[in-house]
Amino acid sequence: MSIEVKNVSKKFGEVAAVNNVNFSVREGELMALLGPSGGGKTTVLRMIAGLEMPSEGDIFIRGERVNDIAIQKRNIGFVFQNYALFKNMTVFKNIAFGLKIKKWKKADIQARVIELLKLLGLEGLEKRYPHQLSGGQRQRVAIARALAPKPSVLLLDEPFGAVDAKIRQELREWLVHLHQDLNVTTLFVTHDQEEAMEVSDRIVIFSRGNLEQIGSPREVYDHPTNEFVARFIGVMNVLELEVRDGLAKVKELEFPAPNEPDGQRIRIGFRPHAVQISNDLTEFRYQAVLRRTYFLGIMLRLELELPSGLTLRSRMTKEEYAQLGLEDGRRVSFQIRQYRVLARENALLPEELQAIYEPPPTIAENI
Amino acid sequence: MAGITKTHFSSEQKASRRGTEESPVAKWVLISIGMAFALTFLLLPLVNVFFQAFEKGWSFFFGALKDPDSWSAIRLTLTIAAISVPLNVVFGLAASWAIAKFEFRGKSILITLIDLPFAVSPVVSGLIFVLMFGLQGYFGRWLDDHDIKIIFAVPGIVMATVFVTFPFVARELIPIMQATGAEQEQAALTLGANGWQTFWYVTLPSVKWGLLYGVILCNARAMGEFGAVSVVSGHITGQTDTMPLRVEKLYNEYNGTAAFAVASLLALLALLTLGVKTFIEWKTQRNYELAQRATDEQK
Repeated sequence: MSIEVKNVSKKFGEVAAVNNVNFSVREGELMALLGPSGGGKTTVLRMIAGLEMPSEGDIFIRGERVNDIAIQKRNIGFVFQNYALFKNMTVFKNIAFGLKIKKWKKADIQARVIELLKLLGLEGLEKRYPHQLSGGQRQRVAIARALAPKPSVLLLDEPFGAVDAKIRQELREWLVHLHQDLNVTTLFVTHDQEEAMEVSDRIVIFSRGNLEQIGSPREVYDHPTNEFVARFIGVMNVLELEVRDGLAKVKELEFPAPNEPDGQRIRIGFRPHAVQISNDLTEFRYQAVLRRTYFLGIMLRLELELPSGLTLRSRMTKEEYAQLGLEDGRRVSFQIRQYRVLARENALLPEELQAIYEPPPTIAENI
Repeated sequence: MAGITKTHFSSEQKASRRGTEESPVAKWVLISIGMAFALTFLLLPLVNVFFQAFEKGWSFFFGALKDPDSWSAIRLTLTIAAISVPLNVVFGLAASWAIAKFEFRGKSILITLIDLPFAVSPVVSGLIFVLMFGLQGYFGRWLDDHDIKIIFAVPGIVMATVFVTFPFVARELIPIMQATGAEQEQAALTLGANGWQTFWYVTLPSVKWGLLYGVILCNARAMGEFGAVSVVSGHITGQTDTMPLRVEKLYNEYNGTAAFAVASLLALLALLTLGVKTFIEWKTQRNYELAQRATDEQK
């Protein structure tokens, strides 16, 4: 194991930022810490780096307990959200800084910096100062600087937060490739589930200082362990149902619930792809009007409005859409092929879930 | 991209300024008033100082400076500056670091206290020390018993000078350090640097121009301070007279030319300070422009 976090808690005064968290990162893994802001993920990252001290619990890097080891001795590479480049130093000196501190020989420093400049596509920029670089270049310099002393783990705090959307996409792919080339254990923090899904081998999901789930992107998407994860990852239709005579109902929608008592409230969720649509109005049980079609590349997201006013989201490929001859305003029939029970009784929705009730259309939806 | 936006922005700014410009008459009237005022009240007196100083020729000028009492005043002033400026640098760095990088109780009180010497009249600043360390002061008897002289001696002058120049370095550094934040230092730590290395390689270079600027202003004030020093010095000729005090004394003794000779030396120091300050401002600006140009070329 490259990094192990055992029973770690962190309190800032009375506020618990991190609550008894356990997880480990395998050697060479690319792992994401994902969660809404204020979820405690950055605090975990900073504790691993030594920039914060855990209130309780132990942190191990390559089997060695590092709680009492100073930041300088932990041999980690840390990339700050705003890069924190030394603005009075050139790109070359920024990258060489860690090596100079470690008293490398001048020739070795030269060779290592040139190697990194090449690796990160920064050739020709070594004499520039940070303010003369674009956002993407700055980020690569920050990564080069962190990698220069050959750290045992690379930690990145919101690595793509400060660049615009187009560059962000490029940088993601670039990070995956870099990780493949270097195979250094990498842990990064993000609040963007799409980013986490696309880039990482495994994802650790946090909310309010608690670890909600660890798993591969596919696992957390297909088998979320709880409602928070289910709703945070990807798009989900959520319905509040009430049981009557063995059927759970909301407006015109009915779901079998043979073993539930009358009056029981159930919350269910289903992915857009579970909503199957037909242009034949008699094919499926329910009817709706196609209110709006969103184009997300090869996938389309459809917004269905039921006669009762209930809105559901579905999705299909462009080809399917054309085959069915659909267009906005068309009447269709539909069925819900599968769903998952999220919660029973009156379990109140945590606040942060309400805040992210409608995630933006994402690639995660297409996985 | 950033460079292009920048140029675009500045040309737009120029155009808009042209649109709102005053009429030529108003413009020239305002410029004339400004110029006339500066000439009459600033440049003319300054020129006069040098004119008066050299009225009786070079030999008299140097003779006046070589007078043992004047020479002692010059040495004392340089000594005071040499002690109080480094003290202020240490204090300024520590205070601005604490204010910019830490959250603590009493932070706003510290910020206000730093400004106190600007608000208080220099005479009061001097009196504070007399009340503390003078014979009738709180520590007066104890000091007298142990034969330690502070008031009417060099230590008192240093104290008064430090008090008066207290804000200069800290005031320059606080905004710079606040703008920089603590992340660069943290980055240095993660790269293996210890506290001293972090300070030396990261913190100090990022504030060096601000620090130098503060030092220059501090030095100018330390050499030129009259009020506070006058209260604590006791005006002992040849012992506790600084240059400004010496000038006053010579003038009161109707020794005009000698007074102006010493005064011209003080004025020269002021001009030198002004020159260095302008150079630093120009240099900072040029660094920025060079960097900007390099960015533009890249685009």
